[in-house]
Amino acid sequence: MEEIGLLMQGFAVALQPENIILMVAGIVLGVLIGVLPGLGGANGIAILLPLTFALPPVSAIILLSCIYWGALFGGAITSILFNIPGEPWSVATTFDGYPMAQQGRAGEALVAAFTSSFVGAFIAVLMITFVAPLVAQFALQFGPPEFFAVMFLSFACFIGLSKGSPFKALAAMMFGFLLAGVGLDGVTGQLRMTFGSMELMRGIDFLVVVIGLFGLSEIFQSIEEGLRFKGQSAKITMRTMLKTWAELPRHWWLFIRSSVIGCWMGVTPAGATPASFMSYGVARRMAADKESFGKGRVEGVIAPETAAHAAGTSALLPMLSLGVPGSPTAAVLLGGLIMWGLQPGPMLFVEQKDFVWGLIASMYLGNIVGLIIVLAAVPWFAMILRVPFSIIAAIILMVCAIGAYTVNSAEFDVVLMLIFGVIGYVMKKLDYPLAPLVLALVLGDRTEESFRQALLISEGSLSVFFSNWLVGSIMVAGLTLMFYPAISKLMAGFRSPKPA
Amino acid sequence: MSVTTGNDTLVEAGAERGPSMKGMEIGTAVILMAMGGIAIMDSLRIGAGWGSDGPQSGYFPFWLGLILVGASLVNLAMALKPSAKSEGALFATWPQLRMVASVLVPTAIYVAVIPFAGIYVSSALLIAFFMIRFGEFRSVVSFPSGALAAGVAFAIFELWFLVALPKGPLETYLGY
Repeated sequence: MEEIGLLMQGFAVALQPENIILMVAGIVLGVLIGVLPGLGGANGIAILLPLTFALPPVSAIILLSCIYWGALFGGAITSILFNIPGEPWSVATTFDGYPMAQQGRAGEALVAAFTSSFVGAFIAVLMITFVAPLVAQFALQFGPPEFFAVMFLSFACFIGLSKGSPFKALAAMMFGFLLAGVGLDGVTGQLRMTFGSMELMRGIDFLVVVIGLFGLSEIFQSIEEGLRFKGQSAKITMRTMLKTWAELPRHWWLFIRSSVIGCWMGVTPAGATPASFMSYGVARRMAADKESFGKGRVEGVIAPETAAHAAGTSALLPMLSLGVPGSPTAAVLLGGLIMWGLQPGPMLFVEQKDFVWGLIASMYLGNIVGLIIVLAAVPWFAMILRVPFSIIAAIILMVCAIGAYTVNSAEFDVVLMLIFGVIGYVMKKLDYPLAPLVLALVLGDRTEESFRQALLISEGSLSVFFSNWLVGSIMVAGLTLMFYPAISKLMAGFRSPKPA
Repeated sequence: MSVTTGNDTLVEAGAERGPSMKGMEIGTAVILMAMGGIAIMDSLRIGAGWGSDGPQSGYFPFWLGLILVGASLVNLAMALKPSAKSEGALFATWPQLRMVASVLVPTAIYVAVIPFAGIYVSSALLIAFFMIRFGEFRSVVSFPSGALAAGVAFAIFELWFLVALPKGPLETYLGY
């Protein structure tokens, strides 16, 4: 068990005092970000990324990933107490969490939610610990065609598994790729799609886009909906905590099932949000009395929270081992890796052992620290939402503007952020998915690079993507996933004419 | 019947009025198609074929642009279908859009003012404005609150993290 030894070394890195402090700071900030509408995991991290340059990469990733865990925890607080999902992945938690709070069982719901999040994350980290090195090991034999195929596979997932229109997912993705292409072409040194603009020569930074798409647009949407915070109050007493914990082991099967759904959806880039819905749906379908769901059942809190946290965590597996992030937040973290001068991909496990295992160890610790913090500090976090929205919204706008500016110290980026805020608002309302756009923007350069290198090997023939069993099977898997909606429709068509 | 201009398409829907979902769908598809078209044109300009040293700069974006145009055409067709889900639905009502504009316009002004007044003074004014306009706070409370928030930001970024943010005449006057 080589992993155990490496993991212990990782703990030595993560347990350094300054890293522990960053961990706690990250979790607290993350919960704050998760609680506040308009600030989410992805853009919260995007705003703070430029400030982490002074830190060593491993400390920076511990801080930023802990913000992510904190945001995952924080989303549940607003869902349960205020019926406002602080994050998209906690929408499903409102279904039963808010009714529980209305019945005066807010404490129980919160303890169940936090514990489920913890269990989901823990199972996902266990999986990362043992599976990620294997995947990375396997991926060491990948050449450019294989890397392109893996990226193709993850993009194909978005199209095939998207809940809405696959063509909208495709359009959003292509838009993201084109944005990534703006600026200097690293290979030939030619300017692309800049149209003579000096500002565009720098390219469009994904951090600025993320802040606009996820931050500003959220404020616009909240304002449109006439957001008012009216919530239940909650305090978690030791008694509620112990009572809830005593009951939770009964749901062990639900925990496992939800974690598996979460891990699967997190590794394929479907992400935490669909995972939480799917897990809730499955829990409801499998229950003996479906009718009682939505009226305050603790299972309705456990299922989505476990899955969301498992998915959010396991989204880091492909990011670490292949350099292909499984969620927008993981994409931002990957962008951070590149900015800190690390080369994402399987070599990370070979060349940056301290970094990788320090991060994995910090995931174990971060979730324990997170659980303690949220259990202890729920009333304070809930208090934040009693601050009038007029103040919160303006401060978030300021923070977003500062965040966008610090990326390149460019005032033009603040303008871009505003433009993408409007774009994000319109896209969200029209059901264009934002995740493929962000992933394409982050991965655009690397996808193009592997595509070009692959074509160089084959001198321009696309057959290189089917030239051996490895790359061929990844491509076939990608194509199958991409056309999954069409295939399943066809299959249904074949089946239905038969008389039943 | 809707026209392909997007934003200003009006649709009757009882007492509630606003731009129609259909119009916005069509407008967005057309804009994305135009983006794809621009990408194709620019790629052709710089060469989208096979150069002496491999694929030219425009090779990849050319195909991306083509796919974007194709996908947008399908989205356009979907939106134009008479049985489309969005038929008759509103993108948002005018009062809702007015609410959005009441945030968007001050934010745009804020962004425009940053290069001249610096980010701190602009932020203080933005926060004060929001408190008065949306929170119905009195200006005696709002302006000091805005200044306080900007001051905290100044302490965090300028003094603690040593990140230089845009500064205006006030900061120059104060010696920063």
